[in-house]
Amino acid sequence: MNQLIISRRFDFSASHRYYRDDWSAAKNHSVFGLCALPNGHGHNYILEVSVAGRPDPSTGMVINLVELKSIVDRILEEFDHKHLNLDTPYFHERIPTTENLVIVLWDLINSHLPDSRLSHLRLYETDDLFVDYYGDQEC
Amino acid sequence: MLKNTVYLSRRYRFSASHRLYTDSLSKEANEQIFGKCANPNGHGHNYGLTVTIRGNIDQATGFVLPLELLDSIVFDKVVSAYDHKYLNVDVEDYFTNVPTGENMVYQIWERLSAPLKTSLWCVTLDETRNNQFIYPEPKAEVSSGI
Repeated sequence: MNQLIISRRFDFSASHRYYRDDWSAAKNHSVFGLCALPNGHGHNYILEVSVAGRPDPSTGMVINLVELKSIVDRILEEFDHKHLNLDTPYFHERIPTTENLVIVLWDLINSHLPDSRLSHLRLYETDDLFVDYYGDQEC
Repeated sequence: MLKNTVYLSRRYRFSASHRLYTDSLSKEANEQIFGKCANPNGHGHNYGLTVTIRGNIDQATGFVLPLELLDSIVFDKVVSAYDHKYLNVDVEDYFTNVPTGENMVYQIWERLSAPLKTSLWCVTLDETRNNQFIYPEPKAEVSSGI
């Protein structure tokens, strides 16, 4: 049987701020606009996790979704109801844009899934803005 | 860092009217092919437009492209030209092309490809919640994990 891709949707809520201390306040506000306001703001993020594979002949499953849910839920605990800049270790050097966040999530989920089967992440910051990531690629 | 190619998609909306009718066919042929869409005075839709760009993350800003820049390009090139217009009459893209979803998604791609250059990856046009048009062909192959 051909390879399939199975996707599961997760959500979490977090706050963030876009600001570089090595830039002036004026430059930060010019580049980041409202996202540079001092106290941050938040979103309801939606994360779609897609795993590729062929169904196991005995179970009919590409991946046991209970296991996938347990892995991803555990990873998202670190982000849910947190301030991404202040409460997680990933954005001391990087701005917590949706682009950077999807790569952080990829690295965490991929390292917990067996056999490099993670195929694709889609992270929605709002209904109208999302980022897709397929892992290590050169543009 | 090379592993930073991402695909950013942003959704826009516009409302427009159109009529599917070509002078190169008879009235009967138009009515047979286009059905209700050939009615003489046109009709309208709330279109959803998703623009996907592909690029490397700028290490300083964390952005593929500043959203304000993307918004200004899409508004200037597409939304302001199409929103609240009668496409057949008001938009030159459709003076000779029938404004089907297929032709529209291609014309929108053409309008965006010059300013967005190689970062433009895909244009998706929703005509209704049941009709969706994508140009160019979806490149799902890039997702093959194994």
